[in-house]
Amino acid sequence: MEPAIRAAGMAKRFGAVAALDGLSFQVVAGELYGLVGPDAAGKTTAIRALSGLLDLDAGEARVMGLDPRGSGEVRELLGLLPQQYSLYRDLSVWENLQFFARLYVLPRDVFRRRAERLLAITRLERFVDRRADALSGGMYKKLALAAALLHEPRVLLLDEPTNGVDPVSRRELWALLHEFVQGGMAVLISTPYMDEAERCDRVGLAYRGRLLQEGTPADLLAAFDEEAFEVFGGDRDKVEAVLSGLPEVRAVSPAGSRLRVDLSRGGRERATLALAPLGAELRPVAPSFEDLFLSRLLREAS
Amino acid sequence: MTSAPAIEAVSLTKRFGAFTAVDSVSFEVSRGEIFGYLGANGAGKSTTIRMLIGLLAPTAGRAVVAGRDVTREPEAVKAAIGYMSQRFSLYLDLPVRENLRFFGGAYGLWGRELQARAEEVLELTGLAEHRDTVTGELPGGIRQRLALGSAVLHRPSVVFLDEPTAGVDPLARRGFWRLIRDLARGGTTVFVTTHYLDEAEYCRRIGLMVDGRLVALDTPLALKRTWVPDRVLVARGRALGEAASALRALDGVHAVEPFGAGLHVRVDPSRWDADGVRAALAGRGGVDVSVDETEASLEDVFLSVVGRTAQGAEEAGP
Repeated sequence: MEPAIRAAGMAKRFGAVAALDGLSFQVVAGELYGLVGPDAAGKTTAIRALSGLLDLDAGEARVMGLDPRGSGEVRELLGLLPQQYSLYRDLSVWENLQFFARLYVLPRDVFRRRAERLLAITRLERFVDRRADALSGGMYKKLALAAALLHEPRVLLLDEPTNGVDPVSRRELWALLHEFVQGGMAVLISTPYMDEAERCDRVGLAYRGRLLQEGTPADLLAAFDEEAFEVFGGDRDKVEAVLSGLPEVRAVSPAGSRLRVDLSRGGRERATLALAPLGAELRPVAPSFEDLFLSRLLREAS
Repeated sequence: MTSAPAIEAVSLTKRFGAFTAVDSVSFEVSRGEIFGYLGANGAGKSTTIRMLIGLLAPTAGRAVVAGRDVTREPEAVKAAIGYMSQRFSLYLDLPVRENLRFFGGAYGLWGRELQARAEEVLELTGLAEHRDTVTGELPGGIRQRLALGSAVLHRPSVVFLDEPTAGVDPLARRGFWRLIRDLARGGTTVFVTTHYLDEAEYCRRIGLMVDGRLVALDTPLALKRTWVPDRVLVARGRALGEAASALRALDGVHAVEPFGAGLHVRVDPSRWDADGVRAALAGRGGVDVSVDETEASLEDVFLSVVGRTAQGAEEAGP
């Protein structure tokens, strides 16, 4: 059966830069697929190709088996939330949604029901009369997402939809996405948030226009054979200063009030010795997706 | 005068027509402090910042920033502070060094002083190797460092950063926070908003806004103790949906929420611990998850504060 989204060997150059370098993946109906990667991994270019906004140099982009550049049929099936999104800045929140409802020819009662639900979920109900240009960055984003969901598309492409969105709304949007996916929607989402990547059914880790790894978060983490540590005891600033000076330390970041440390192989002994005089010690913890991400990227970069 | 706060807000209020965006907010930030300002979208964070930097006149109350009153001397405030907005503006068609020259000029730096200061900022931000690169060709994370560099060229004593790391990948975010902490160590006061609650752990104190009001203000640790007195457990595994339903059915389990690939489970500490919950799940035909004790996160705090305040429990503190 043809998957809902199919990227096959997608390639695209901009001048000397290969934005996509043979990127392939598939998303089936009822699946939430996360495309994660650093800046310039090709996430945005991939989403633009799948929404028919870009001609590929090679390879194929298909949505429900159709070429997204071709038919008007695709537009009915596809919902898109790009990073740079234009709403009517001089229209209110409600008027913007009305505009999109007309674009998709939604009956009035259907529009009302869906709009009210989306506004409740995005916590924008209190702001229905506010003009779009007076919304905060996060609120503007949520309105754009509501507009993209209004026609309940079968395939949804989201390019970093939660940037600037607060933690409470972020949770609610994810709950909403999971609900849509359970209803059979295929969702492709790009995100720089690693906790969000962990909540996808499958994840592709993209780097320089191709996939480094792909799988369910649980399988990827199970195959990750490096250790992560947290530092117990000691003064956090002093501990961090000492760790930053060690070549085996890949990354140090806060994990709650403690520090989380990613070490390259064989770094544990040395870090343990260096921390002892500060009254601090390393304890192994379960690796997170962020540990895996950092480890893979730093390995690629070196 | 070393004891004077870098920022002092007293009953600061902003109304737009009938809408109160900022409702009598009071706080102080001391010199060299990294102060985090958190809240939901539309809670009034950016409006607060715009009043503190002299861009927007308060409806009521007052604020003193870097020793100057924002209402009486807004121009003096603007000269004394640095500001990086949510949609920071750099000239994308200019090389990095030209952007620094432009922003330095806008802050009244020129000639040899500007030259020297631009070099220092290039070093500080780790952008020396990119000095001749056209800004638009740089990845977002590096541009963000340049935007911060531009905001501190004139050596402001206070910098305001409005969601500086939105959309930045984890690797670049770490670099950016290293820079913020270097600035603070050098004595600069940093006022920062963010939705990434892991990085908010780097703030010495955090203020949390809900619907225009400042409802909590303390160190990250104290906020956790006050707002999440529950014991926090983390459940991981494949049968999370099943586990969540089973856990919600237990008396003394206060909340079950997704957290990364697992669940955060907040329980009454006098009734439950990790062993007890594990046993209870095993009793239900062995739900296949691991249960461990963990520390409350700032996200737990955020959800608790927003949840309690939004439930109409107006002045009901913890």
